[in-house]
Amino acid sequence: MKYQDEYRDPELAGRIIRAIGERSRTAARLMEICGTHTMAIFRAGIRSVLPETITLISGPGCPVCVTAAEDIDRAVALCRQPGVIVATFGDLMRVPGSESSLNREKARGADVRVVYAGFDALEIARQNPQRRVVMVGIGFETTAPTIAATVRQANREGLQNFFLLSAHKLLPPAMEVLLAAEDVHIDGFLCPGHVTTIIGIEPYRKVAQQYGKPCVVSGFEPVDILQSIYMLISQVESGESEVEIQYSRAVNSEGNERARKLMAEVFDTVDASWRGLGSIPGSGLRLKRDFREHDAELHFDLEVPTVRQHPGCRCGEVLRGSCTPVDCPLFRSSCTPSNPYGPCMVSSEGTCAAYYQYHGV
Amino acid sequence: MCLAIPMEVVEVEQNMATVEMGDVRRQVCLDLLDGTVEVGDYLIIHAGYAIHLVDPEEARKTLSYFKEIFDYEVSG
Repeated sequence: MKYQDEYRDPELAGRIIRAIGERSRTAARLMEICGTHTMAIFRAGIRSVLPETITLISGPGCPVCVTAAEDIDRAVALCRQPGVIVATFGDLMRVPGSESSLNREKARGADVRVVYAGFDALEIARQNPQRRVVMVGIGFETTAPTIAATVRQANREGLQNFFLLSAHKLLPPAMEVLLAAEDVHIDGFLCPGHVTTIIGIEPYRKVAQQYGKPCVVSGFEPVDILQSIYMLISQVESGESEVEIQYSRAVNSEGNERARKLMAEVFDTVDASWRGLGSIPGSGLRLKRDFREHDAELHFDLEVPTVRQHPGCRCGEVLRGSCTPVDCPLFRSSCTPSNPYGPCMVSSEGTCAAYYQYHGV
Repeated sequence: MCLAIPMEVVEVEQNMATVEMGDVRRQVCLDLLDGTVEVGDYLIIHAGYAIHLVDPEEARKTLSYFKEIFDYEVSG
C-alpha cells in the first residue's frame, strides 16, 4: 500500500535503530500519548530493539480508556430508555461502567448500534423518525470535528430525533496535568499524529518552551516511530526542546483550520472528567446553545448512581504512566482481555491489552 | 481510535469521494478539507471523513531526509 509499505522497510528501520544506539547516551523517558502509537510500538516490537537508555511509557491517549465510568453509566442509562437507539463507535461497547457496559445492555435487548462514522448515525435517525437516536461521541481532536460536522448536518436538516452525548476530550490540557504531576517523569513526548493533523503544533509550544520537554509529532508506521524517537533523543542529547514534525506527509504546523472552525462553531470547551486523571479544566467539549436541541444531556434525565470501580484496578496510574500494567496485582491473574476489570484491558488500544498481548512474549 | 489511513481517491462527487485501499472501497465526506480533491490524490481518512490531503513531496522527504542525516553521522 502506498504511504504504508515504504515506512515498514526493515532495512531502513535497522539503520535508524543503529543510529539511535549510537546517539543515545543519556537516560530518557519518552511518553507516547496516543493509543494508536502504543499498539504500533508493541506490534512492531520497537521496545525490544531500543537501547537501555531509552524507556517508552504510555500516556492517556486511548479515548476509550480515559472515558470516565460516569460517562459509560450515562450511556447505559440512555439505552435503557424506551424508544431510544444508541449509536457509537465499536471501541466503546465493552468498556465497563459501574455495573454494566453497552455490550451487556445490547445482549439484554437494548438497541445499541455500532457505527463507522457520525453520518451513519444520522442515517439511522432519518430512517427511524419515531425513535430517538443518540450518538455517544468519544474521541480526541481527530474525531471531534467529524462529530461536529454530523451535528451541524442534523441541525441543517432539522432532524429533531438526533442527539449527541459528548464525551469528547482534548489532549493538550491532559499533557499539562501530567507535566505538573510529581509521580510522573517525562523527558520528551511522541506527539499524536492525527490529533496534530487537526490542532497543529501551536499547543505543544508551551510544553517545549515552558516545561522544556522536546515534542516530536510522529506517524504510525515503524520507520515513522523509530525516526521520531531518534529526533527526540537527538534533542535530549543536545539539550534542546523544540516542537518538530516527523509525520509531515499528514501534518503541517497550522493544522486543519477548517476542522477547528467547525469544532468552535458547534462545541464549547468545558471541564471534563478523565479516568485516571480526574477533572481537567478546559479538556472537554459540549454542544453550544445553538445546538442545544441535539444535546442529550438536556433532553434526557441522565441521573446516574454514584460511580463504582473495582478497588484493585490500577488503570488510573497506568494512564498517567506512573506504573505499568505488570505492577497491577489484577493484571493477567484475574484481569484479562476476555474478563477485563478496567478500560486499559478492554480497549484494543489500551496499555494493559498491549502488554497482555505482547509483553514478555 | 485515532487510527486514520491513507486511501486513494477514485471518484469525487460534490462533497463526497470514493476512496480505495487494496480491496477496501469507502464513501468519505470531504467537508473537513479546504481546496479541491482530484482522482489519484491520497487522503488521510478517519471515521468517514477526509482530514488531510497527503503531501507526496513531504512523504518522499521523510524517507530521504533520515538517510541523509544517518549517512552524514556515520561518515562524519
